[in-house]
Amino acid sequence: MENCFHCGDECREDSLVFQEKPFCCSGCKTVFEIFENNDLSYYYKLENTPGISPKIQESKYDFLDNAEIAEKLLEFDDGNVKIISFLIPSIHCSSCIWILENLHKLQKGVRSSQVDFPQKKVRISFSAEEISLKSLVLLLSRIGYEPYISLENYESKKENINRSLIYKLGVAGFAFGNIMFLSFPEYFEINEFWLDQFKHIFRWLMFSFSLPVVFYSGSDYFISAFKGLRSRILNIDVPIALGISVLFIRSTAEIIMNTGTGFFDSLSGLVFFLLLGRFFQHKTYAFLSFERDYKSYFPIAVTRIKDDGEQITEEQVQVYKVQKGDRIIIRNEELIPMDAILIKGEARIDYSFVTGEAEAVEKKSGDKLYSGGRQLGGIIEVEALKEVQQSYLTQLWSDEVFKKDKNSGFQSLTNKISKRFTVSVLSVAILSAAFWMFYDPSKALNVFTAVLIIACPCAIALAAPFTLGNLLRIFGKNKLYLKEASVIEQVAKIDTVVFDKTGTITTNKQNSICYDGLELAEEELEMLGGSLRASNHPLSRALYSILDRNSIKTPEVFQEFSGQGIESDYGDKKLKIGSAAFVGNKPVAEGTLEKTSVHVSSNDNYKGCFTFHNSYRNGVEDVFEKLSAGKELIILSGDNEGEKQKLQELLPAGTAMYFNQRPGDKLEFIKKLQQRGKKVMMVGDGLNDAGALAQSDVGIVISENINVFSPACDGILDASMFSKFHEFIRLSSKGISIIHWSFILSLSYNLLGLGFAVTGNLMPVVAAILMPLSSISIVLFTTFSTQQIASGLKTK
Amino acid sequence: MSIIYMLLAVSVVVALIFFVAFILSVKDGQYDDVYTPSVRMLFEDELVKPDSEKESSVNKVKSN
Repeated sequence: MENCFHCGDECREDSLVFQEKPFCCSGCKTVFEIFENNDLSYYYKLENTPGISPKIQESKYDFLDNAEIAEKLLEFDDGNVKIISFLIPSIHCSSCIWILENLHKLQKGVRSSQVDFPQKKVRISFSAEEISLKSLVLLLSRIGYEPYISLENYESKKENINRSLIYKLGVAGFAFGNIMFLSFPEYFEINEFWLDQFKHIFRWLMFSFSLPVVFYSGSDYFISAFKGLRSRILNIDVPIALGISVLFIRSTAEIIMNTGTGFFDSLSGLVFFLLLGRFFQHKTYAFLSFERDYKSYFPIAVTRIKDDGEQITEEQVQVYKVQKGDRIIIRNEELIPMDAILIKGEARIDYSFVTGEAEAVEKKSGDKLYSGGRQLGGIIEVEALKEVQQSYLTQLWSDEVFKKDKNSGFQSLTNKISKRFTVSVLSVAILSAAFWMFYDPSKALNVFTAVLIIACPCAIALAAPFTLGNLLRIFGKNKLYLKEASVIEQVAKIDTVVFDKTGTITTNKQNSICYDGLELAEEELEMLGGSLRASNHPLSRALYSILDRNSIKTPEVFQEFSGQGIESDYGDKKLKIGSAAFVGNKPVAEGTLEKTSVHVSSNDNYKGCFTFHNSYRNGVEDVFEKLSAGKELIILSGDNEGEKQKLQELLPAGTAMYFNQRPGDKLEFIKKLQQRGKKVMMVGDGLNDAGALAQSDVGIVISENINVFSPACDGILDASMFSKFHEFIRLSSKGISIIHWSFILSLSYNLLGLGFAVTGNLMPVVAAILMPLSSISIVLFTTFSTQQIASGLKTK
Repeated sequence: MSIIYMLLAVSVVVALIFFVAFILSVKDGQYDDVYTPSVRMLFEDELVKPDSEKESSVNKVKSN
C-alpha cells in the first residue's frame, strides 16, 4: 500500500493520484497544489512526508471578524502593521519551520514570520490592509497549520521572560575569569620587586570585580537566607550567604590593611558554581505547559443568536459576555462553554473531558447540558443557564487548592541537612576561635573566618541540583516531562498512588469486543457488515472496523433512527442493530446495561449483543504488580462500575476501587488520604482529574499526544511509556540516595578544609583549589551515578 | 614598567566590551530559542522568480 506524499498516512482505496504522486485525501492534495503553484515544493525535499492533513471548518474562525476580540489577540498593532503570535501544535519538523517562515511567498500582505520551534509558536507580522486576521488564520489552517486559539489567549498578558538567571550567571562568570587572571601572580608568592609595586592595583581591581558578584549575582542567596531566618528556618542559603559575606568582608579587610590578597577568586568562583547548579536544574520544556486550566480548552467566542423582534441574526460574541438566557449555537466538535438547556437539534455530548465517562450521551430538547461537554454531530441551539465562570466545570477552579503554591510546605532534603550543618559549622568556628583566643589571640579572628569560608556548603548546595537536574533530563528523554526538579524528591516519598481509569490505565480507543448470545450465521454477519458500513454512528464505525469483514452485503432499504439504532431490509430478512430497547424486548443480561453494547436482532428475533471493552494499556498488570510492593494502590474513576470485575481480575488483590466519582469528589478523596498522613500521587488524564491533580503531592498526567493539552500538573507522561511507570518511581528514590552519598563526599572535603582552617593555615591558594575541586568532583559523581542508575531504563 | 597600567586598562576594556555584547545578546532574546536557528541555517537559498510570475501564483492561491 502506498503512503500519502503529503502527510505519510496510508492511502486507502479512494485515494487520489496527482502528478504521479499518491494522496490520501483531497485536503492533502490541495495543500500540495498550493505549495507547488507557489514554488514552495522545497517543503517536500527537506523532509519526507512532512505535511499535516488539513481539517478545518471555515466558520470556526468567524469570531476573528469581531474587532474587539481580534485586538486582544494581537501583540502589536499600529493600524496597518500588526504582529501576532500563534501557537501551532502541529509544528514538528524542519519543513514546518521552512514553510512557515516563507509564508510571505504564499500570501501577499505577510511581511515576515519567525518560528520558535521549541515553543511551537510562529510570530507573524502582516499588513492589515492586504490581509485580515481571519484570512491569515484560514490560510494557516488550509495548509495544515491550524493555530490553537483558546480563551487563554484572550486573557494572557504580555509574558515577561525572566532572564535574570542568565544575567547573574554571566556577571559571575565574567568576574570569576578576570579575578582568577588578576590573582594568578600572587598564587606563587614571589617577592619580586615589580609584583610588590603593582599588587595594590591588582587587588583593588579584584575588589571592584567582586562587587557585582556579591551584590548582584549573589543577591538571591541573601534574600532567601533572610526570608528563611525570618520564618525561623535554617535553609541551605543561610550558610551560603554567611560564607559569601565572610569571604567578602575578610578579603576587603585584608587588602585595606595590606595583610594579604584576600579570597576574591574563591568568592566569585563559589557564586559562579552555585548559579551554574541553579541554571542546570532549571530545565524547562517550552512546548509543554504545566499550569493549564479550563481556559486553554474553552473557546474564545461563541455564536449568539440575536433576535431584535424583526429579524434573527447570528453574531460572534466573547464567551464572558454571554448572559443567562442568551441563545447560543454549538456546532460539531465544539465545546459547550456554560451550563445550558438544549433547545433545538440532536445533541450527542461527549463528557469524557469532564467526567471521564467514555461514552457520548444523547440529549433531548429540554435536557440540561453541562459546561465542558463536546457536541458530536449536527448543529444544536442552546440557552445559557449560567455565565461561564459560574458553570459546573469552571467552578472547580474556584477551589482554593488551585491558588496555593504546592511546594510552599515542602522541605527539601538539602534544607533538612543544612539545619544540622549550619549549627555544627558555627559551633566548630566558635570553638576553634575560643581555643585560639586563649592560645594566640591575634589568630582568633583569622581562624573564625577561615572556618566559615571553607565550610561554605558549595558542594552540598550543588549535589541536589545536579542529581535532580540530570534525572530530569533522563526522564525527559524517556518521555516523562516533569515541571521542575524538586518533583523528583516528592516522587521518592510517595506511598499511595491513585489512578484514574478512563484514559489513564485504559487507552482512548475502544478496540476489543466480545459477543454474547446466539451464534450468527455467515449470511447474517455479511448483512451486519453491510448495515454497519452504511451507518455514520461512531459505534457502528468502531464495530465495523473491528469485525473487519471481507465480504459484505449491502441492504436494499436502510434506515437510521437517531439515538436508537439502524434497521436494514434485505427483502426476505430484516436486521435491527442498536440499543436493547430498540432491537427487541428480550430481557437484558445483568450488568450489560452499564457497558457499551450494540444489540442485534434478525427478523425481530433477538440474537445477542456486542460489548465493547476499554482496552487496558500495555503493561498495566506489570506496573500495578511492581507498585503494589510497598505502595497502596487505588482506582478512582468517574465512570460506572461496568468494568469492576475485569479490573479485579487484572490488578493485584488489595487495590481499592471507587466508581462514579465526580471531579469534586476526587479532590476530597485525595484530601482525606493526605489527612491520614499519606503522601499521594495522582495519575490522571483529563480535566475531571484537575482538582485531584492539584491537591495531590504529585500529579502526573498520562497523555497519548503530548501536543494536546493536559490539565495543570507536576508531570506529563507519554502514554507509550506507561509500562515504565514503576521504573520512574524507583529511579527517583535512587536519585535521593545519590544525593545522600554526595553529601557524605562533600562533608569529607569540608573536614579536610577545616583541618587547614582551625590550625590557622588557610592560604588563599588552598581555598582557590579546594573549593572548585569539591564542586567539580560532586558534579562528576552525580552525573556518572545518575547515568549509571538510568541505564536500566533504556535496556528494559 | 608603568606600561602595565595601560595593559591592564586595555585588558579590562576588552573584557568589558565582550561582557556588554553578551548582555545585549541576552536582552535581544538570542538565548530564548536556541534550537530553531540551528535548523534555519541549513535551509538552502532558493531561486528568486521574476515578480510577474509570483503575482500570478499568488492569485492562484486566492482562488483556492
